[in-house]
Amino acid sequence: MGERILDVKNLQIDFHTYAGEVKAIRNVSFHLDKGETLAIVGESGSGKSVTTKSLMGLLANNAKIVGGSIMYHGEDILKKSEKQMQNIRGKDIAMIFQDPMTSLDPTMKIGRQIAEPLMKHKNVEKKKALAQALEILKLVGIDHAEKRINEYPHQFSGGQRQRIVIAIALVCYPEILIADEPTTALDVTIQAQILDLMKELQQKIETSIIFITHDLGVVAGMADRVAVMYAGQIIEYGSVDEIFYNPQHPYTWGLLNSMPTLSSTDLEAIPGTPPDLLDPPKGDPFAARNPYAMKIDAEEKPPFFKVSDTHFASTWLLHPDAPKITPPDEIVRRQAIFAKMQANAN
Amino acid sequence: MKKYLLKRILYMALTLFLVATITFFLMKLMPGTPYSNQEKMTPQQIKIMNQQYGLDKPVWLQYIFYIGGMLHGDMGTSFQFSNQPVSYLISSRIGASAQLGVQAMIFGVFFGIIVGSVAAVYRNTWVDTTATIVSIIGKSVPNFVLAVLLQYYISLKLGWFPIADWGGFEYTILPTIALGVGPLAETARFIRTGMVDVLNSDYIELARAKGLNKFGIIYHHALRNSLIPLVTLIGPYTVALMTGSMVIENIFSIPGIGEQYVKSIQTNDYPTIMGVTMLFCFGLVLIILFTDIIYGIIDPRIRLNGNED
Repeated sequence: MGERILDVKNLQIDFHTYAGEVKAIRNVSFHLDKGETLAIVGESGSGKSVTTKSLMGLLANNAKIVGGSIMYHGEDILKKSEKQMQNIRGKDIAMIFQDPMTSLDPTMKIGRQIAEPLMKHKNVEKKKALAQALEILKLVGIDHAEKRINEYPHQFSGGQRQRIVIAIALVCYPEILIADEPTTALDVTIQAQILDLMKELQQKIETSIIFITHDLGVVAGMADRVAVMYAGQIIEYGSVDEIFYNPQHPYTWGLLNSMPTLSSTDLEAIPGTPPDLLDPPKGDPFAARNPYAMKIDAEEKPPFFKVSDTHFASTWLLHPDAPKITPPDEIVRRQAIFAKMQANAN
Repeated sequence: MKKYLLKRILYMALTLFLVATITFFLMKLMPGTPYSNQEKMTPQQIKIMNQQYGLDKPVWLQYIFYIGGMLHGDMGTSFQFSNQPVSYLISSRIGASAQLGVQAMIFGVFFGIIVGSVAAVYRNTWVDTTATIVSIIGKSVPNFVLAVLLQYYISLKLGWFPIADWGGFEYTILPTIALGVGPLAETARFIRTGMVDVLNSDYIELARAKGLNKFGIIYHHALRNSLIPLVTLIGPYTVALMTGSMVIENIFSIPGIGEQYVKSIQTNDYPTIMGVTMLFCFGLVLIILFTDIIYGIIDPRIRLNGNED
């Protein structure tokens, strides 16, 4: 992997609500290397979207960054002014949104919508910008692009619209592309097409991707590394193989257990609901839903234990003094595959 | 599009015909006669007068004559205003009313959009509250009260503009403001509501993610999408203002059509009533057609449906 282009350290974000301060992001750290795809996985409300919005400086008005830093090319994004952020957004860091049906302006021709970032960031005049917009429109696979560039969003299907949203994000060749559940609103066949397109364009444009999703199935084919988020914290991170075949945190187990595989007969749900972040638990936030929870889980937050050079998990089960437990069958099966992979590699 | 327009124009003609018919018979149901000093007239005189104005014939025959005349562009002769043709009466007076109406509308809508947009962008701050208070005052203070206040303070005390009468552009400024504050308040309210919705939409977030600044987002993305509900409002408002505001025209001594309309009703001046009503109606159906076309220009989704129709 290439140089480190983004380094998030101890990020803490609170939301001010009538009920009180919601501690949405609690000490999140991760990094992104050039050219790689990092997937951030977690259920709704785990803080995935908030984390990435803070990278763009697009947090809601009631959000407050309490601590931490986001280093991008040696400068802290969190210390930049709105004006400075406007020069980064869309040019260096771009974003693809979840719902293509609502994320395009219904009253503006799509050509103009794609050309806008060029006109803003590269001082390209309108005619040239539209010519470049046409190129990128062809690149994202819109047929008859010459004609369709003058059409409005409602004249396109959902999948086509997401291609257009991708075109908008990539038109300035950004260094980092944030994809916030880009396929969630699409049906499965279109999903696969969009994911293929993103992988293909990543090669051509040499961008790094932060891929946010709640769908582990999507992650397997896309990501180089995976960070699993729960209740505003990252609880495990590692390479895609390490997360899928040698997971350590019981929450990751639960996620994998609830994902259909060729051999699965029943899908298991994780019981209970995530904790209330108005008053987060002081120990492991997953303890209340964790069948393997120990006394200490309720008392003290587990630190990150190193599993390999790239793989860390925040669970007391990895402590040398922890009792030996047997993970669910599905996880045992996966770990066996992992052991074989390791043996083959050596 | 041609077929659509043709169909719409046909409907317009039908609407005008229906309005003419209904107004004609309703008008005939009004009590009284066009003669202001009937008690002093002998039955003989009344008979002669009725014959002269064609009022001795049965109502249905009068109706047929009237419609027949209309089709030839003859709107009849006024009973009251020195026996002038109604078409001349209208054309000599509509200018002032229309100019004032259009000016008031441009003033109101332009500043309404600004006030509404600013209120939406800075919603729930003191700016928003101030804008809301201004709109409420603008909406609830009657324009004749405002007109008198403007005359007193701006003309009499400060002497900036003429107090009344109809001359050059400077004579139109105070009546324009007095008439325009209503539409301003209404526009501001509509734009604020529309824009608050639009500003919360995904495509505005995408526009922010592109790195556009606040003005670019408002001007290029939010405004156009907030205008749609406003278009509905503007059309009929414009007609109402153009065809004359009786009170304002009175206060500023403007030779407009509003004053004439009221007088014609009071005196049973049948041809003038019909003439002004038809003018109002024609303006309204025309504006409704324009409104629908403007919808299409602002919102491409509507345009497409219109074409298919």
